[in-house]
Amino acid sequence: MAVDTAFNMAPVATPFFFYMLSGIMLIGGILVITRKNPVHSALALITVLLAQAAIYLMLYAPFVAGVQIILYAGGIMVLFLFVIMLVNIDRAAKERTFNSQWLVGSVAAIALGGLFVAVYVKGGNIFPEHALSVIENDNTQKVATMLYGQYMFAFEIASLLLLVAIIGAVVMAKKRI
Amino acid sequence: MGHELMGQLVQYIQSYLSSDQTPGAAGNMFWVLVYILAVFVGLSIAVIAMNWLERKILAHMQVRLGPMRVGPHGLLQPIADAIKLLLKEDIIPAEADVAIFWMAPFMVVLAAFTVFIVVPFGPTHAVTDMNIGILFMLGVSSLSVLGIVMAGWASNSHYPLIGALRSSAQMVSYEVAMGLAVVSAIVMTSLNASGTGTLSMIGIVQAQQEQGVWFIFKFFPLGLIAFFIFAVAMVAETNRAPFDLAEAESELTAGFHTEYSGFRWSLFFLAEYSAMIAVSSIAVTLWLGGWLRPFPNLLSGSTWDLIFSLFPGVTFLFLAAMCFFNAVRMPKHPFFRIQTIGLAGFGVVLGLIGLVMLVPAVRIRVQDIFWFAAKVAAFMYLYIWYRGTFPRYRFDQLMQMGWKVLLPMGLGVLILTATAGLWPLIQHSIWHP
Repeated sequence: MAVDTAFNMAPVATPFFFYMLSGIMLIGGILVITRKNPVHSALALITVLLAQAAIYLMLYAPFVAGVQIILYAGGIMVLFLFVIMLVNIDRAAKERTFNSQWLVGSVAAIALGGLFVAVYVKGGNIFPEHALSVIENDNTQKVATMLYGQYMFAFEIASLLLLVAIIGAVVMAKKRI
Repeated sequence: MGHELMGQLVQYIQSYLSSDQTPGAAGNMFWVLVYILAVFVGLSIAVIAMNWLERKILAHMQVRLGPMRVGPHGLLQPIADAIKLLLKEDIIPAEADVAIFWMAPFMVVLAAFTVFIVVPFGPTHAVTDMNIGILFMLGVSSLSVLGIVMAGWASNSHYPLIGALRSSAQMVSYEVAMGLAVVSAIVMTSLNASGTGTLSMIGIVQAQQEQGVWFIFKFFPLGLIAFFIFAVAMVAETNRAPFDLAEAESELTAGFHTEYSGFRWSLFFLAEYSAMIAVSSIAVTLWLGGWLRPFPNLLSGSTWDLIFSLFPGVTFLFLAAMCFFNAVRMPKHPFFRIQTIGLAGFGVVLGLIGLVMLVPAVRIRVQDIFWFAAKVAAFMYLYIWYRGTFPRYRFDQLMQMGWKVLLPMGLGVLILTATAGLWPLIQHSIWHP
C-alpha cells in the first residue's frame, strides 16, 4: 500500500492548491495596480488569469478553464499588450495618473471588504458544505446542452450584444463607410 | 521490508501494462513520467532531424548540396550547430527589460511543449486524454504569441518590436479562421447514434474510426475545404514561409529574436519547430485520421492488416539500405574513411531498429505511432516545400487573406457542414411533417 499512496495521483482539488493559486492571484492582482510600467502590469494580469483558469480546473470545469486561456490569456491580453507596446512608456510612466478618485475608490473598497467579511461570517449557511459531485468527463457536453437548450435565448442575446459592439467599433474606426 | 517494497514497486509499474488506457487516465505516475520523457526525447530528435532535413531538402530544391562537411552528408551538422549555440556568448542588450527578456524564450518553449500532453500518437499512446483536448491545444499554443510579444518588446529595439507587432497581429487574425475550421471538424464528430460530439483528441480519432471515414473526405468537398483553411492558417500561426513576415530577414534582420543569441535563441528555434509539429499533429488528428492506417475500408482484412503493420520495420530497413548504398558510393579516398564507417554504422543502427519493429509484439504497439508520425512528417515536408516554392506575402495581402478569404470561407463551411449533418433530419421533417 505504501507504494500506491506514494505514486498514485491525488485529486488536484486540495486546499494546498487552492491557497497556492489564490496566493498567486492576489500577488498578481497587487502587481497589476502597483507597477508603473504598463507592460509589467499586463503580464501580471496574465498571471492572474492563468491562475484563475487553474482554479476553474480545480472546480471540475475544464471547458471554462480552456475558454479562459484561449480568450483572455491568448486573445484579449495579446491585444492589450499590442496597444501598450505602441505607447511611449518612458513618458507614460512619468506622467501622473489623471483618475485618482480617492473618495469613490475608498467607498468601493469598503463595500467590497464588507461583502467579504459578511461572506466569511455568514458563509457557512449560504454555501453548500461539500463540493458538488460533478462528472468531469462530460463537462463540455453539459455546457453545450445548457447553452443551446435551457439558456438559448440569453446566449443569442449576448451574441447580438457582441455584434452591436463590433459594428460600433467599425463605425468609430472608419471615417467613410 | 525493502524487498517487499521493491516487489510492490514492480507490481505497480507492471499493473499499467495490462490496462488499455492512457497512463493519465490510469493514474499511473511512473508511466506518465516515462511517456512525458519519451515525448520530449522524441520531439527533440524530431527537431534535430527536421533541422538537417530542411537544410538538405531546401538545398536540393535550389540545386545545391547543402551541409556536406560535418559527418557523412552533413548528418552531424545539427549537433555541431547546437554545440556552437551553447558555447556562444549570451548577450543581453543594455537597454533591455532584463526580467521579461529572460522570461520570453521560456514562455514560448513552455507553450510549444506543453501541448504534446494531449497529442494522441495511438489509442493508448498519449500522456493523457482530456475532455477539452483540442481546446487545450489551441489555448496553450495561443500563449506562444505572448512570448513573442514579450521578446519583441523587451529587446527595446526597433526591428524586434516591429516583428513582434506583425507576428502578434498575424497570429491573432489567423487563430479565428483556424478556430472555425476546427469547429467544423468537431461538428462532424457528433454525427453518431448518441448525437454528442467530443473535444478529446483520442475521441476525435475514434469518431473517424467509427464513422469509417477520415474527416477530410467527409461531406466532400466540405471536409477538404475546412482542412485547406486549417492548412493555410497553421503555416501563418507558426510564422513560417510564405507567411514569415515576423522574421522577414530582408526587412527586419530576424524579427522578434534579433537581439537574442546563444542558448536563448536556440530555445526560440526549438519552440518554432515543435510548434510546427504540434499544429501538424492537430491537422492529422482532426482530418487525417490520427493513428489510423491508410485505406482501412478499401484494403481491409487480416492480410492487409499484416502488410500494413510491417510498414514501420520495412521503412527503417529501407533507410538502412539507403545508408549502406551511400556508404558504398562514398569516395574511396582515405580522407573519407571515418565518414564512410560512420554512415555504415548509422545504417546498422537503423537496420537494427527496423528488425526490432518487425517482431510481432513490438509491431502491434508501434504501428499506430508510425502512421501518426508518418502523416506529421508529410506536413513537415510540406512546410519545407512551401519555403522553397512560395515568395513571401506582403503584410496587407496577408491580412486580406486571413480576414476576407479564410474567415468567410470558414464560416460558410461551418454552416454547410452543420446543415449536411442535419440533412437526414431535415429531409425527414420535410417528407413526414
